Amino acid sequence: MTVDAPAATDDRLVQAGLAKKVLTRPEFGSIIGAVAVFIFFSLATENFFSVDAMSAVLNPASTLGIMSVAVALLMIGGEFDLSSGALIGGLGMTMALLTANAGLPVWLAMILSLALAVGVGMFNGFMVIKTKLPSFIVTLGTFFIVQGAGLGFARLISGQTTIYLSDEFANVDFAKWLFASTPFAGIRIPVYFWIAITALATYLLLRTRYGNWIFSVGGNAESARAVGVPVNRVKIALFVNVSVSAWLVAMFNTFRFESAQIGTGVGSEFEFIIAAVIGGCLLTGGYGSAIGASIGALIFEMVRQGLAFARWEADWFKLFLGVMLLLAALLNAWVRSRAQRAMS
Amino acid sequence: MTTKLIEVNSVSKRFGNVVALKDVSAAAGAGEVTCILGDNGAGKSTLIKILCGLYQADSGEYRVDGELMDFSSPRDALEMGIATVYQDLAMVPLMSVWRNFFLGSEMQKGAPPAKRIDVAKSKDTVVDELGKMGIIIRDPEQPVGTLSGGERQSVAIARAVYLGARVLILDEPTAALGVKQAGVVLRYVVEAKKRGLGVILITHNPHHAYPVGDHFVILRRGEVYGDYRKEDIPLEQLVQMMAGGADLETLQHELEKAAESTGDQELAEVASEYGEEATELAEETAEAKERDGDA
Repeated sequence: MTVDAPAATDDRLVQAGLAKKVLTRPEFGSIIGAVAVFIFFSLATENFFSVDAMSAVLNPASTLGIMSVAVALLMIGGEFDLSSGALIGGLGMTMALLTANAGLPVWLAMILSLALAVGVGMFNGFMVIKTKLPSFIVTLGTFFIVQGAGLGFARLISGQTTIYLSDEFANVDFAKWLFASTPFAGIRIPVYFWIAITALATYLLLRTRYGNWIFSVGGNAESARAVGVPVNRVKIALFVNVSVSAWLVAMFNTFRFESAQIGTGVGSEFEFIIAAVIGGCLLTGGYGSAIGASIGALIFEMVRQGLAFARWEADWFKLFLGVMLLLAALLNAWVRSRAQRAMS
Repeated sequence: MTTKLIEVNSVSKRFGNVVALKDVSAAAGAGEVTCILGDNGAGKSTLIKILCGLYQADSGEYRVDGELMDFSSPRDALEMGIATVYQDLAMVPLMSVWRNFFLGSEMQKGAPPAKRIDVAKSKDTVVDELGKMGIIIRDPEQPVGTLSGGERQSVAIARAVYLGARVLILDEPTAALGVKQAGVVLRYVVEAKKRGLGVILITHNPHHAYPVGDHFVILRRGEVYGDYRKEDIPLEQLVQMMAGGADLETLQHELEKAAESTGDQELAEVASEYGEEATELAEETAEAKERDGDA
């Protein structure tokens, strides 16, 4: 009997620990939200619970999700990127100008636009670190630069803001397969990229030292520096990661539509941030999840498509979005205050 | 004379016209706790920044193991095993105890590109190491922000010890803590000392310094005002020296002036009391200095 008593106490402790672990995961709120939205539209519409509906949700969610994961990593690292949306259109236009107007081979245009993406990311990162200005302001500047330069060069070189590329892309089967094929059941290839990227980012965050560093530079950059974390390098890498993700999405768009349009992506930078916040990211950094950001993107598209399936006005979408965002932000704030409760 | 683990000999530091430190000497051997005491502006933080490698002294020597050092960054000092635990810079509150413990020195397994953190081993090591210092953590996954201030300081100290520090520099580790928590932190200071580390404890609180210290250096206006071994100075005198004879005199003059202008009798009495205390303190200090001279 004296042996049994402590064992029983131990068991209870472990169980309480498990429940607490699930509850305090950053993506917990978004999972509940996703299930609720799914059930709601499955009941409210006749065919939301179908393969067709699933591909209608997953396909647009994939590019949104890829960006949201990159933005979530950056936000965990304590920074913002408002230029990420405009960059998608800008990089697509770069591809188009390089192939249709400069006559470069497609593969070279892809490499050059990727280099431009890396350059923009490094510019954002260096500016934020050197000037110590909030990244909100720095990348707002980059947003206008990217948008203005894209529009200006597009009109200057080609005289148009939309460029069709069917001729240039006629013989690039591999790139078309890689970026624009539909291998299975109407689910396009970006969805597979999205799943792989989410898994990779989650592994990076939770199981590698870089993940530790990302959390620490967002949580408390000074103490991270004090124990030898290369704070500046981590932050620059996170900005570059966002820009490179924008390049990937630009490739998906260009090869799928065989055209580039300069306005693509403008305005969606806030959708990335909102998806990341719904997924548990704190606006102040140091806390969040890659899976959460992907679930945030999923919720986004479930609502958007769900409204279409239910034949309701799309106007309701923004209302829904606002409520989701506020709920998520409140939940995050509560989690954060709990985590920092004993600060003295 | 044995070589000290860490020592500074008559270091000085100026910032423009301001003399922050003048001819200050202090030392700590293995298994010794040296307390640097002083009020705000006494030069404590300048001294600590020299010790941890953030500042370089204008003149004077800095020796580790008797060897002359010339640190250009905190990294250099860290490599020599000199770890500084700052009051508020110690931890990332939103990260778990074990992630904080290994931040910057993660335990890894596997070959690249599958190189990853050894989570199980990290957690076990944290529980173990903290246990050795007498710190019981319920769950290494809990965020550091949920720990009390004292616990956080203790974890920071345990981390420094585990990562191979030979000298611990503690900057006001008890300043923001309640009595009980301060006691917890001081226990770990003693624990670190028992494990053979040299400890330099910077504080303005003589009541916290006295029970753990072997050696007391009192700074005032950038200069060494007193330097005692524990057996040479009782707590009361340490407290009085911290309160400061000169400060008492200044206070006395201020109060006298106030008493004169208002004609307040009570105030005048208080002023004369302060005056007597200041004289007493000056005498005691002189006596103590004589004793030091004899020894």
